[in-house]
Amino acid sequence: MIKTLMKQIKEYKKDSFLTMFYAVVEVILEITIPLLMAALIDRGIEAQNMNAVTRYGIMMFVIAIGTLLLGFLAGKYAARASTGFAANLRDAMFTHIQTFAFSNIDKYSTAGLVTRLTTDVTNVQIAYQMLIRMCIRAPMSMLSALAMALMINVELSMIFVFAIIFLIIVLGFIMYKAMRYFNEVFPKYDDLNESVQENVVGIRVVKSFVREKHENVKFQKAAQNIYKMFVKAEGILAFNNPAMMLAVYGCILLLSWLGAQSVVAGNLTTGELTSLFSYTMNILMSLMMLSMVFVMITMSLASARRIAEVINEQSDLVSPEKALTSVKDGSIDFNMVSFSYKHGDGEPVLRDIDLHIHTGETIGIIGGTGSAKSSLVNLISRLYDVESGSVCVGGQDVRFYDLEVLRDEVAVVLQNNVLFSGTILQNLKWGNENATLEECQEACRLACADEFIQRFEDGYNTYIEQGGTNVSGGQKQRLCIARALLKKPKILILDDSTSAVDTATDASIQQSFEERIPDTTKLIISQRISSVQSADRIIVLNDGIVDGFDKHENLLKTNEIYQTIYETQMKGKEEA
Amino acid sequence: MKKQNVLARLLKDIFKQYKIHLMIVFLCIIGNAFATVQGTLFMQVLIDDYIVPLIGNPSPDFSGLFQALIRVACFFGIGVICAFSFNRIMVTVTQGYLRNLRMQLFEHMESLPIRYFDRTSHGDIMSVYTNDTDTLRQLISQSIPQLLSSAITIITVFVSMLTLSLPLTGVSLVMLCVMMVTSKKLGSLSGRYFVKQQNDLGKVNGYIEEMISGQKVVKVFNHEEKAIEGFRKMNNELKESAFQANKFANILMPVTVQTGNISYIICAIVGAVMSLSGYAGLTIGTLVSFLTLNKNFNQPVGQISQQINSVAMAQAGAKRIFDLLDQESEVDQGIVTLCRVKYVDNQMVETNERTGHWAWRHPRSSGEVELVPMIGDIRLENVDFGYFDDRMVLHDVSVFANPGEKIAFVGATGAGKTTITNLINRFYDIQNGTITYDGIDIKLIKKDDLRRSLGVVLQDTHLFTGTVLDNIRYGRLDATDEECIEAAKLANADTFIKHLPNGYQTMLTGDGGNLSQGQRQLLAIARAAVANPPALILDEATSSIDSRTEKLVQNGMDKLMDGRTTLVIAHRLSTIKNSDCIMVLEQGHIIERGNHESLMKEKGKYYQLYTGAIEMD
Repeated sequence: MIKTLMKQIKEYKKDSFLTMFYAVVEVILEITIPLLMAALIDRGIEAQNMNAVTRYGIMMFVIAIGTLLLGFLAGKYAARASTGFAANLRDAMFTHIQTFAFSNIDKYSTAGLVTRLTTDVTNVQIAYQMLIRMCIRAPMSMLSALAMALMINVELSMIFVFAIIFLIIVLGFIMYKAMRYFNEVFPKYDDLNESVQENVVGIRVVKSFVREKHENVKFQKAAQNIYKMFVKAEGILAFNNPAMMLAVYGCILLLSWLGAQSVVAGNLTTGELTSLFSYTMNILMSLMMLSMVFVMITMSLASARRIAEVINEQSDLVSPEKALTSVKDGSIDFNMVSFSYKHGDGEPVLRDIDLHIHTGETIGIIGGTGSAKSSLVNLISRLYDVESGSVCVGGQDVRFYDLEVLRDEVAVVLQNNVLFSGTILQNLKWGNENATLEECQEACRLACADEFIQRFEDGYNTYIEQGGTNVSGGQKQRLCIARALLKKPKILILDDSTSAVDTATDASIQQSFEERIPDTTKLIISQRISSVQSADRIIVLNDGIVDGFDKHENLLKTNEIYQTIYETQMKGKEEA
Repeated sequence: MKKQNVLARLLKDIFKQYKIHLMIVFLCIIGNAFATVQGTLFMQVLIDDYIVPLIGNPSPDFSGLFQALIRVACFFGIGVICAFSFNRIMVTVTQGYLRNLRMQLFEHMESLPIRYFDRTSHGDIMSVYTNDTDTLRQLISQSIPQLLSSAITIITVFVSMLTLSLPLTGVSLVMLCVMMVTSKKLGSLSGRYFVKQQNDLGKVNGYIEEMISGQKVVKVFNHEEKAIEGFRKMNNELKESAFQANKFANILMPVTVQTGNISYIICAIVGAVMSLSGYAGLTIGTLVSFLTLNKNFNQPVGQISQQINSVAMAQAGAKRIFDLLDQESEVDQGIVTLCRVKYVDNQMVETNERTGHWAWRHPRSSGEVELVPMIGDIRLENVDFGYFDDRMVLHDVSVFANPGEKIAFVGATGAGKTTITNLINRFYDIQNGTITYDGIDIKLIKKDDLRRSLGVVLQDTHLFTGTVLDNIRYGRLDATDEECIEAAKLANADTFIKHLPNGYQTMLTGDGGNLSQGQRQLLAIARAAVANPPALILDEATSSIDSRTEKLVQNGMDKLMDGRTTLVIAHRLSTIKNSDCIMVLEQGHIIERGNHESLMKEKGKYYQLYTGAIEMD
């Protein structure tokens, strides 16, 4: 886990080392300051020597300025190293998430990934900064104090050694206990995040049903869960500070008792005893610092684990090693395909699908709600992998292709149309980033979108809000079709993408497909017979099984399901 | 809002909520500081009173020292207990306040108008609950107690310094001012960048949320590289602002500590000159004591400066939190409420019984309360509306829906159909004209009650984390399982639900993740059916449902619509043909109205649409 994270320090290794280096030099200089202070008093003021006062004063001044500069540098490099490290972590996660299959994303949930990329990284960033600034510095000043103490009196210094061992054991125990709770805290953050996300996205539903109070209660549970876990974890950390004080106070008391006897016995001078006391304070201060670092590290370990989990996640779908880099044509073959969303278990969504589609064909797909139409087409662009059998595009198994190549040639207009915040033009360019304005307009004309875009005040530069809330359902669908067309794919899949478009527009979109992209294999999922009846062949899906695959006319004669659908839709027309 | 105000507001808020806790914490900190002072004092007397007198004594009696040590140990014990107490209490205060703050944020967010959600990125809002709220954690749990205890030390030391030497105290004060001015300068510099950092963090949060939510599209368009490129840009901006913020915060500590050392040097030199020249009666002994005090004085100041980092960060976080809290809630000046009524001798009487009859409770200015039966009479008269004041999308729209009627809206996408329904439940307020419900201006009706009286199935279906049953029950929280299943049957959702792994108890996550769009719509219809409202708004409620299923749903829908005023938006004209009135909208104007037959006779736009002579756009 730590190793995974360490790898991401990358170019900031230098800054990290520089931070440690400057911090060490700073601490060395700092140690001399109390010595100079003592000298200034003993040899200057007590001796009434003005020259010594100014001499030590100037020396101290120079060292103070030097320490200041070093502190400056250490601080600056620490900031650069830790924020850079954090940026690298976010980058590594985001880049890696882009290779995730949907099954991977489902495992973490969107909100969960968002927490990991922000909250968790911030925790690690703070801990890392403390670590490189303090991890050498604090033990060093502690050890130097200990060394000084040892030089004065070995027996009495043993008190410090015992105190330090006592603290290590106690802090270790606290850390072990607290870690368990911290590991549970962050999944609760995911829940909280999800609750907020759900409400922001579905606010219209919440408000229409006047469920604000209900949602408040649900959210309060999520907030309360974080509270409970955090209080448990930090409640244990609250022992940290008192334990340290206990150790220090113990040292003072023992030192007073044993020290007094040694002084009286003549084994120790009073001056030496005073020095020992001041080293107790030094050790206390560095322990304070260490314990702060330690609290942050305890917490960030839980975060670090969550980050490492994402970075080490194996994507369920990867391009093969010697991947095919070109797709021959737009033919599609399903060879005895079975598929289920959960590998191994779960009911198969598709069973024994055996279909062969020629390049350039227009195929309609029709079937009841939940008959797995979308699941079927999602296998073509390899958004999911089959359970058994194989799906071939251009005569080759989709698993042999480089994913990027495959998806470049297979354009899908998904049922869940998503537009991204940005202008219409920017959204269109998702299809082809080098597309000129003319090409975009051309695609929009094909998708019957040009006309309404022209009507917008800002035309193609109209800004689309997140989720496309400022365009209507039908407009969104047509923009999505245009976006897919810009890819100039070999296979074009429309997954019920004209449901909010009226019949006439739908027909004219289909007509332009027929005329303008005749060589592209077109798969059209629709609820409407009218959208598919002109297709070369039509697949009738029923509950994950192909019930019929033929021309409109033939299906009308032979296929019962198709007949029923046809009749229900045509009856509506006749009554008109 | 000014930064200082933010911090003051935050502290006031915390204090208000945890007054008693904080007072105990304050006492504990004093107790703790007291124990520390006892320790320091004891070390001074240890040598003079308990060691030096015994030196040279062949049989020294340490019992006096032993007693003194016991006494000090007691003080130390109190100190440790105090330290534990305030640490532990601060955990409760910190986490409790953060919890309350999150709840307050959420409650407020739920009250915000739809407009707010239209223009704010989802991830940015989410960031307030986690990243911004977290910035306060360190401030409350560490900085506040640290500042308090440092302040106590500073005050005690300062008083002792005054008694020793006025001029030297002056010198120390001047240096303190220098320290404070630089701290303030650096603090405000770093604060400015922390604000930027939190904003950038919000942006990154928003970007990640949007991209991961739309991951399917990213994948099918091979847009991964582009997505990463966009991310890098924001990530770099965040890195830069975080770097600047931390840099200034980090150099604060060396600056204050070294200024402290320089203050010590100056005092030493000035003091030495004064004592050697005998000025102001400063003895060498006093000077040495004063210098120790100077050291003790600068130390807590340095400790405070270490906390500036978390203070600056918390300020930035708090600013964004308060920004959200200060967003104006939906204004609701409604006075008319919904109440259950029963009929006694043909007279309406308010009741708590579940009679199935509802009425509007309309308090008049005369003090009388008028009960208007709720029957679902909805009227829009001469309504103008625009999302922005300068761009109207609806012009002079009038709609009259009599109780029980089915009114349909037909028109091109973007003609304003959905907008009209959004006006009736007051997601947006109109600029001109009036909308009345049962003869009452909807502005007079309490929003909650208005919305409760309207069942809505929206174009975009949203489901919530929970079981299928929970999601149906969303329509009416006190609905029994049977009622929910009944509604699911009505919506024809029962069949597919039974096929789910755990039937009605199947957990739905991520907005109904693996359900198809059509299945989600069936659930949304069931949800509206359970609500059992007197009026319905169906906005493309069946657009993703196949026609065979739709036909089955249609029976249920007809049952649902029976006796209810229904406003329907649909593309499939066959589903709205039997409406009592059909409105044809074009660019925000109603251009035709009438029932199917009359519109067909008119041979206008509707006729052309229906016969397929023209496109809807």
